[in-house]
Amino acid sequence: MAWYVGRRLLQMVPVFFGATLLIYALVFLLPGDPVAALFGDRGVNEATAARLREQYNLDEPFLVQYLLFIKGALSLDFGQSFTGRPVIDLIADAFPVTVKLALVALAVEAVFGIVFGFLAGLRRGGWFDSTVLVLSLVVIGIPVFVLGFVAQFLFGVKWGVVNPTVGSDPGLTDLLLPGVVLGALSFAYVLRLTRNSVAEGLSADHVRTATAKGLSRPRVMTVHVLRNSLIPVVTFLGTDLGALMGGAIVTEGIFNVPGVGNLVYQSVIRGEGPTVVSVVTILVMVYLLANLAVDLLYAVLDPRIRYA
Amino acid sequence: MPDRPTAAVRPGQEHHVAPLEETPLAAVDAVDEQAPPTSLWADAWRRLRRRPLFLVSSLIILLLLVVSLFPSLFTSVDPRFADLTRSLQGPAEGHPLGFTQQGTDVYSRLVHGARASVSVGVIATALVVVIGGVVGALAGFFGGWLDAVLSRFADIFFAVPLLLGGIILMQMLDTRNSFTVALTLAVFGWPQVARIMRGSVLQVRSNEYVTAATSLGLGKLKVLLRHVVPNALGPVIVVATISLGTFIAAEATLSFLNIGLPPSTVSWGGDISRAQTTLRTDPWVLLWPSIGLSVTVLSFLMLGDALRDALDPKGRTR
Repeated sequence: MAWYVGRRLLQMVPVFFGATLLIYALVFLLPGDPVAALFGDRGVNEATAARLREQYNLDEPFLVQYLLFIKGALSLDFGQSFTGRPVIDLIADAFPVTVKLALVALAVEAVFGIVFGFLAGLRRGGWFDSTVLVLSLVVIGIPVFVLGFVAQFLFGVKWGVVNPTVGSDPGLTDLLLPGVVLGALSFAYVLRLTRNSVAEGLSADHVRTATAKGLSRPRVMTVHVLRNSLIPVVTFLGTDLGALMGGAIVTEGIFNVPGVGNLVYQSVIRGEGPTVVSVVTILVMVYLLANLAVDLLYAVLDPRIRYA
Repeated sequence: MPDRPTAAVRPGQEHHVAPLEETPLAAVDAVDEQAPPTSLWADAWRRLRRRPLFLVSSLIILLLLVVSLFPSLFTSVDPRFADLTRSLQGPAEGHPLGFTQQGTDVYSRLVHGARASVSVGVIATALVVVIGGVVGALAGFFGGWLDAVLSRFADIFFAVPLLLGGIILMQMLDTRNSFTVALTLAVFGWPQVARIMRGSVLQVRSNEYVTAATSLGLGKLKVLLRHVVPNALGPVIVVATISLGTFIAAEATLSFLNIGLPPSTVSWGGDISRAQTTLRTDPWVLLWPSIGLSVTVLSFLMLGDALRDALDPKGRTR
């Protein structure tokens, strides 16, 4: 196990530096003046431009710039937004809300995805299975912002079941609708994954043995089939964080949830390039770390990975 | 092959096996030796044309291609012509879906918006298949240090989620048009194709006919191009079709955030973004481009699903 963890951590190092270098190079090595580009469609404000050049050390050679940026990132210093507040403070304020939203989304997709996927997998090829498969494709096909607007209009405006927008300091019930919208896409993937995995598990040797030794059908189905088919689902939920973050930018923007995604959304709309780049870079870093954590969890769940 | 010695028929045994011409098996066994062998593609086609999923999705995609190539066949109204006196009016003679807040024709914008989505999707997918295909094929076929370098390189791009990378890159670009959006999506999309291609090539490479081609003295590059790549393409086509759908959705999301296609380009994502201000009073303005977008993305996903069943026997869902 320790060997696996060590190897996985070592593999992580080049990917982490590579990915951050990639983003940094995209921002500052593209032709044209990066500071002017950071202002977007607005005119360049000389005072801010000078501060940005200093903040990103643009007078140094490129690699030195990058290393200074990483040094800043590791000490959680990401510079300031246009309003003068440190970016890390903005994120610290918004982060708990996003975590709450992500938990609602994860709970929705995990519970509904696994239950429906399990039922569909048990009767592969039946009417329930076929209906659920087509419906899940439809859900995957609808872009998240379309789903967000439709849900906002139907539940918030037309039927008035919930508030169409979430204000500051939202509770779990306020986050229910945005959470369902955010989780909908991955719900469909979790469903399909669980279904295939359960359907395959049904014909596995260990399941036949469990039935043959006289275990009751519910026990075989839950302990021997379902539990084993959850392993790929757990991995998916980890890698899915990336899609969840992208979706959060849109969902939080639509429902006005004061989270990290909304921070990106508002910064993009207002043309605050530096804030966008800093926050999204942090999101990518969080994504990389979360993936590492899931990989380690995966090894705990599945001994075959540890010893491979 | 020499004739097999006929086993001596012991007494009592002769009636156990009926003569071949009397068994129904004879009909099944009658293989037309003259018929050309069924290739992977012919087999896939036979499987595909019986699937309703395939028929429905390819019909929609065909219609979509016609619409985006010749939008004037479907409407003669200029999608950019704005008549503010008709702002947010309902359906009228010659304008079946009503008007936007700017007074432009919703139906005309729906028809003309298809081109933006389809062109971004097609360009991005073409780039991804070429870059990912070449990298994956080289890594899988030659292996060794080349594989290690290329795979680690792909890992770096794979580590950045598509939408997050797209937001950063589009934020930094001055010129925003179909090509730059497609390029941005391709930058973060190619590693997926590379991974699939590498795995597929690895599998094909170990086949006997590849060994045969090599031992007959065919050059390495020729073996790769003539024997390995054509047989490894199946899974790549599946993933490319699905990617086309996700790229269209990603383009619409970027346009929705106002950092994708410019407002001067008629696009579904941009129209949805502009219609959100009137969602509460006039939801249909937002509804039509949303339907266009969702149906488009969905049909590529369905086509990909049908193709997977036909081309990729391992991932077959049955």
